[in-house]
Amino acid sequence: MSFNTYIPLFVVLSSFLPALIIFRLSEKQHTLRTLLNLSGIFITLVLVIWMFVGVYYGEHYEIRFALIQNLDISLRAGPFALFFTGLSSVLWFITTIYAIGYLEGSAHSSRFFGFFNLCITATIGIALSGNLITFLLFYEILTLSAYPLIIHRGTEESRLAGSRYLLYTLIGGALLLLGTVWLYTLTGTLEFTPKGFVQTILQEHSSALVIIFILLIAGFGVKAALFPLHGWLPQAMVAPAPVSALLHAVAVVKAGAFGIVRVVYEVYGLETAAFLGLTTPLAVIASITIIYGSLRALFQDNLKRRLAFSTISQVSYIILGIAIVGPIATTGGIIHLVHQGVMKITLFFGAGNFAETLGVYQVSQMNGIAKRMPWTMVSFTIGALGMIGIPPIAGFITKWYLGLGALESGQGWVIAVLAASSLLNAGYFLPILYRAWFLAPPKSWPDEHNFSKGETKLSLLWPPLITAFFALSFGLFAASPWSPLAWVHLITQREFF
Amino acid sequence: MYLKLVLATPWEVFLILLPILGGLFSFLLPKFNKAIGISTLILTLFFVVFIALKLRTQGAFYHLVGGWDAPLGINLYIDGLSLVMLGLTALIGVGASVYAGKYFTQTQSLWFWPIWLFLIAGINALFLSQDIFNFYVTLELIGLASAALTALSNTKEALTGAMRYLLVTLLGSLAYLLGVALLYHGFGSVDIAILSNTIESTPAAWAAMGLMSAGLLLKSALFPLHFWLPPAHASAPAPISAVLSALIIKASIYIQLRLWISLFFPLHNFYFEIFFAVLGSIAVLWGSVQALVQTRLKLLIAYSTVAQVGYLFLAFSLALGGVSVAWSALIYLMLSHALAKSALFLVAGNLLHFHGHDRIIDLDRIAQRLPLSTAAFALAGVSIIGLPLSGGFIGKWFLLEASLADNNWGITAVVLLGGLLAAGYIFKVLGFTFTKTTRTQKAQNIPLSMELVPLCLAIMAILTGFFATPLLSLIHIGNPFGNIGAAP
Repeated sequence: MSFNTYIPLFVVLSSFLPALIIFRLSEKQHTLRTLLNLSGIFITLVLVIWMFVGVYYGEHYEIRFALIQNLDISLRAGPFALFFTGLSSVLWFITTIYAIGYLEGSAHSSRFFGFFNLCITATIGIALSGNLITFLLFYEILTLSAYPLIIHRGTEESRLAGSRYLLYTLIGGALLLLGTVWLYTLTGTLEFTPKGFVQTILQEHSSALVIIFILLIAGFGVKAALFPLHGWLPQAMVAPAPVSALLHAVAVVKAGAFGIVRVVYEVYGLETAAFLGLTTPLAVIASITIIYGSLRALFQDNLKRRLAFSTISQVSYIILGIAIVGPIATTGGIIHLVHQGVMKITLFFGAGNFAETLGVYQVSQMNGIAKRMPWTMVSFTIGALGMIGIPPIAGFITKWYLGLGALESGQGWVIAVLAASSLLNAGYFLPILYRAWFLAPPKSWPDEHNFSKGETKLSLLWPPLITAFFALSFGLFAASPWSPLAWVHLITQREFF
Repeated sequence: MYLKLVLATPWEVFLILLPILGGLFSFLLPKFNKAIGISTLILTLFFVVFIALKLRTQGAFYHLVGGWDAPLGINLYIDGLSLVMLGLTALIGVGASVYAGKYFTQTQSLWFWPIWLFLIAGINALFLSQDIFNFYVTLELIGLASAALTALSNTKEALTGAMRYLLVTLLGSLAYLLGVALLYHGFGSVDIAILSNTIESTPAAWAAMGLMSAGLLLKSALFPLHFWLPPAHASAPAPISAVLSALIIKASIYIQLRLWISLFFPLHNFYFEIFFAVLGSIAVLWGSVQALVQTRLKLLIAYSTVAQVGYLFLAFSLALGGVSVAWSALIYLMLSHALAKSALFLVAGNLLHFHGHDRIIDLDRIAQRLPLSTAAFALAGVSIIGLPLSGGFIGKWFLLEASLADNNWGITAVVLLGGLLAAGYIFKVLGFTFTKTTRTQKAQNIPLSMELVPLCLAIMAILTGFFATPLLSLIHIGNPFGNIGAAP
């Protein structure tokens, strides 16, 4: 075993060990806590970049431990695993800075940052999982470590939101467990394999395979907020803004979508899934979710709630992309993991800044807010336009690939879904932008804090600016060899097709 | 050289002798009772380690006390299964002792330590026994000692619970004893190994099996014979509740395993599997629902034990049906439940001590005020629910594997549903540890050791999930499940 073998483990530990130490810090040890937070992410980023270069040149990173007989915990860094690891660690870095600005000084910071780091550990573990059992383990750890963050405020409302979240995710976890054990008893393996591993039992157990597929998709679909399993997500917005960012862009919802991708491509294999007639229903459910989420978003006055319904809609683009059989649509789906992430996190950062600086929570309170907080609003605008799909922002690339992919595989109806959804997106984002930029601001804001320099705290202002910059440049430079899109091409070539 | 000495010493005898001596001395020297008690248990833990060494080198073995063979002498027998139970007893015993050292008042500890050490001697003797009469003797000893300990807090509630517990345990032992008498009369021995070669399907054998099983089922609180458990376990002092749930219940289940594997298996038929599966399923569902609706923490934890006993019998039913992986499930569920449940009861003791009550909705921000206890509760809860990565998860995984291998969809559904219900009652408690109550209540200090012990036990419940392969290979030394299904 060389150093390379252990890198995946080190990446997981680099947030886990700080988490353990942070739990034991007293509230006052502000500097040390920040230092631990940042050094963890720094080590992770270095290791992830190291692996990116290695994988590009064909290096193999894998470590495994026996859990029980014939069943290993395995961490493996392939192109797709790294893609998600890279996304979460970069966004985590930015969210950490934001969270420090947002929460330091308020009560129970050590608990908060401890669980925050545990969430990241779980997400990185999910990303690097080499088989379904490892995935399941980290997926459940993520469920558990997100719970204390959701009920962090300790109010009755947040307790109920937490309970709702657990009700959904634990039932999802149980379905997932059933599907996983069942698959294991039938095939004797759970290793993620390019083009899937279930073909061996396709003849004798095809009906069992269909049921297992439904179980697994339902299990992941809860976190990915697929309709009708999405009920927990809008309510969970009572959590602090960095947690919303974490839930919607970095970890929880993404982990669900990531899981569905794994199941379709590396457990079943796209061809087998299509052969069993499973991809079209999946595409239909994704489409319904897209339209439904957007429709609900139209009628929300609470900004975070509107963004939450928008997440429900947007995450299903990923699932739609992989359910349309073909490499181009796949590219569109996979790339949206990153695109939705950077855009949605920008929007939540913005919403958090409005709430923290001015006490603005409702869309109807946002008149003229751009005059008071121009830079936050610039980044919010980039995120919102990107969501609608306006070029050259990242969201456009997604829709372009999805549309092309749908045409390629002869599923023209998808174009209609995309068009309708874009209209709806415009319907709930443009009024916000109009209010913010063009209407006159009120005489006073609900709860204004004046931070001496600039429109808000610098640690709150920089994160949305950076992520908005990402959203813009991922679209603008999509064709460059360093863009996420280029890496997705690598993934589809090496792992999926 | 040293290894030889280690291997030659009859550590197993000391496991019984030492706690008895400790009990006597703690009675005679009340000033030092705490020191004597804790050090005795730490010593037994060491002895268990030595026995494990011995077992690994030479396999399962008999020890003839005083050199007399059966049927005259007392035979001690050790294989992987008894080793694990002894280890569990020593671990939880040390934990409960350290905790009890701070928990009891001066007067209470005068009685606590001697009885407690006798109880440990009884439990150890039970796990070392190899004949059905010794099982009876040790069962009776355990029953009396634990009834006395239950009454120790001396409240009206505790006395009622203890009295009911005493009657139940006596009734159970009596039924068991009748069965022993029938077998001895019919087949001329009480040694399990001898009996298993001679037993035949006669009416006497059937009657013996019925009586013995009924007595043991009553003691292990399988639904619908669980009625005595919640009041007894909830009203006892915390360290006693922990041991009652973690070890005493397991002791009678252990005897049933031994009997069914070697003795009753020739009598076995399909209906027994159904019987255990049905009662186990109802126990899981009923116990969990009852736990969910409780408003007091200790009762909630006690009803959770009712549910967890159900899981053990589900696994048992599958194992009887010949699914070998079900044995691993059974043992793993037993281990992880013992560790996790004792942690939960000790945490409940802390919370009760902290506020003077254990009403769940008035937990009042325990998460920030007693973070270690809350962490212990959460970690133990993870194992009880069977979430990864914990001992409970491995147990549940094996159990699901077994039920799917058997195409037993009923058990599969019960296992999943039971897990969700468990999540319901565990997180109901955890949710209220974050919220603030409107009621004003005073708070008392909790000594650090009383917080650390449950945390350590809970961490062990989690860690058993990481060491499944070595632990299982230890358990299978001497092929304890030989007669029914090969070891996986």
